Amino acid sequence: MQLKPAKLINILFILFFAVVLPVGNMLGLVSVNSISLWGRYFCFAIAALGIDLIWGYTGIMSMCQAFFFCLGGYCMGMHLLLKATALQQQLLPEFMTWNDITALPWFCEPFHGFVPALILGLLVPAAVAFVIGYFIFKSRIKGVYMAIITQALALSMYLLFLRNETNLGGTNGLTGFKTVLGFELHKPGTKLGLYLVTLAMLCVAYGCCYKIVHSKFGKVLQAIRDSEPRVGYTAYRVLHYKLAAFVVAAALGGLAGMLYVPQTGIITPGRMDVKASVEMLMWVALGGRGNLKGAVIGALLVNCVYSYCTSVFPQGWLFILGMLYILTVLYFDKGFLGLFEKIGSKIGIKTNSERYATGSK
Amino acid sequence: MELLLKINEIKSGKWTGPKWLWPVIMAGAVLFFTVRVATDSSGTYVQNLFSGISLGSILILVSLGLAIVYGLAGIINMAHGEFLMIGAYTTYSVQVFFTNVLHVQSSNWFFITALPVSFIVAGLAGLLLERLIIRHLYAKPLESLLATWGVSLILIQTARSLFGDLTAVKLPEMLAGGWKINENLVLPYNRLFIIALTIVVLVALYRTLTATRLGMQIRAVTQNRSMSACLGINTKRIDAMTFFIGSGLAGLAGCAMTLIGNVVPDMGQTYIVDAFLTVVIGGVGKLLGTITAGLGIGIFSKVLEAFFEAVYGKVLILLLIMLFMQFKPRGIFPDKGRTAAD
Repeated sequence: MQLKPAKLINILFILFFAVVLPVGNMLGLVSVNSISLWGRYFCFAIAALGIDLIWGYTGIMSMCQAFFFCLGGYCMGMHLLLKATALQQQLLPEFMTWNDITALPWFCEPFHGFVPALILGLLVPAAVAFVIGYFIFKSRIKGVYMAIITQALALSMYLLFLRNETNLGGTNGLTGFKTVLGFELHKPGTKLGLYLVTLAMLCVAYGCCYKIVHSKFGKVLQAIRDSEPRVGYTAYRVLHYKLAAFVVAAALGGLAGMLYVPQTGIITPGRMDVKASVEMLMWVALGGRGNLKGAVIGALLVNCVYSYCTSVFPQGWLFILGMLYILTVLYFDKGFLGLFEKIGSKIGIKTNSERYATGSK
Repeated sequence: MELLLKINEIKSGKWTGPKWLWPVIMAGAVLFFTVRVATDSSGTYVQNLFSGISLGSILILVSLGLAIVYGLAGIINMAHGEFLMIGAYTTYSVQVFFTNVLHVQSSNWFFITALPVSFIVAGLAGLLLERLIIRHLYAKPLESLLATWGVSLILIQTARSLFGDLTAVKLPEMLAGGWKINENLVLPYNRLFIIALTIVVLVALYRTLTATRLGMQIRAVTQNRSMSACLGINTKRIDAMTFFIGSGLAGLAGCAMTLIGNVVPDMGQTYIVDAFLTVVIGGVGKLLGTITAGLGIGIFSKVLEAFFEAVYGKVLILLLIMLFMQFKPRGIFPDKGRTAAD
């Protein structure tokens, strides 16, 4: 059986991260911290897949993906926190005691169980996205207006989560987690397990997104991106398609947030401010918009550079990030993958998208 | 259900109900406000209204430049808030220059000098940005959004490494104190000055846009770029000039901001989202819309802040805006006539 180069890259990717890194860890070559770091990057990559779906494929610039990410994160965080409190045989998490609260707020009740928390972590972002999206898309807000409205939404939610009265930990967020499903979080074995789960979820999310964008539904999404009025004239309900894409993107964000929290041990409102959302857009733009691999590569790459830069010269990181934004937009319109394709076509390798392009002519 | 039907009727312009309803609601609101102001013995209400108007003035100053530039060139300039920051730091630098180099004791002169200087410095920074980056991004609003976001990160970090985290400008002596209306009600001079400055800028801008050659050309390019080019207008030059004016206005706003707050590197970020909302509500490229929306958001925020906490006021405003966009997706004063979607 002959493998296509694209498939080969996927398999190499999975082999490297699923086999080489864990084995390296067991042999003592790779520290468990860097494994955990990669796990966090994978979470970002899942969120970036959501952005690629809504921005790269549907052409809607949503600037509140980080908010959905945090919604999922807070759901998981609340569950872990309640478990930790129960373990210490206290009634309430510490920050609530400081806020003079005597009974557990009603919205914390469902998070006692792991499975309900999991379901809510997906449902809450999806439901919020549904409501927001319904109103935004129904009044035909699009393009720049959409970006600004979602940005304002992210800002106001950020401010809301910062408050102590909302009982979500205020500026400090939720922290002080101990166990997940009975496994202690600080143990290397748990960290490795979480890493593998995240990697598996990334593969599943990638597979789902791949299926979506190659289905008829995905084709309609791309048609909406290229010319929304025409899709409307052809009797498609544009609203439903956009809404569905937005909800799926939000659910992916929530999933990423849920996986992120046990690995970092903290979730704060700082993760959901406007900056965070724009940065997520940046990953996708840098990796290659409208290309699922691009989103994953972009998220991993930018975060690697971030970790490297902040440890080597912390002052310079914002300069580098700023330059990345500018250079990407000005020169690599299609991101890194676009760049590779360009180089590839120069030296004579035909890529998938080119094959389609020549086929349609 | 009945209500939903009615709302749909209003939305689709098929409102068959009494025509006098909207004027009556408006008159009722005005009456309510007047009665509240008249019966307001403690003065807190007028005070709130007043700080709302002054916040609105700053919003107007910031969003005017944004509105013109977006209307003209389809650029979403996320770095616009940073021109505000540049204006504020220019004011600070002028102050340092006056006290340390010229040894001027009075704190009035530096501020008077800083007003035009901050306009010019911020304008020049805007011009530089336009030449280097924005020029390649005309009519690509979403791409320009990302690129200018990068610019804003760089500018903030530059300011932080040059000036440190927190600086403040002395309040000029002539603007200290306030206008005492009665026992409880004092209107501070610095806020009155900001309102006056905004009015002066608005009049000047209106005159520029309607009565000068440059203004006519700006409006022409906004309406139809290719036709203006055909008629011999140098559109590139007009773009640059507009960008200069827009960023200059933000710089002026930054100079005014030093009167009521500290100078910090990310001060522009606080205002940028509000400024964008102002532009969106006002309708793109509409001067009158921007003014109404700026005042509206300013007053609403302050009045709501009085009733709720500041944060809830902000969330409520956003909800109101989203509701408003349901009815008027193209702003308060949309273009008349049929427009194709894109």
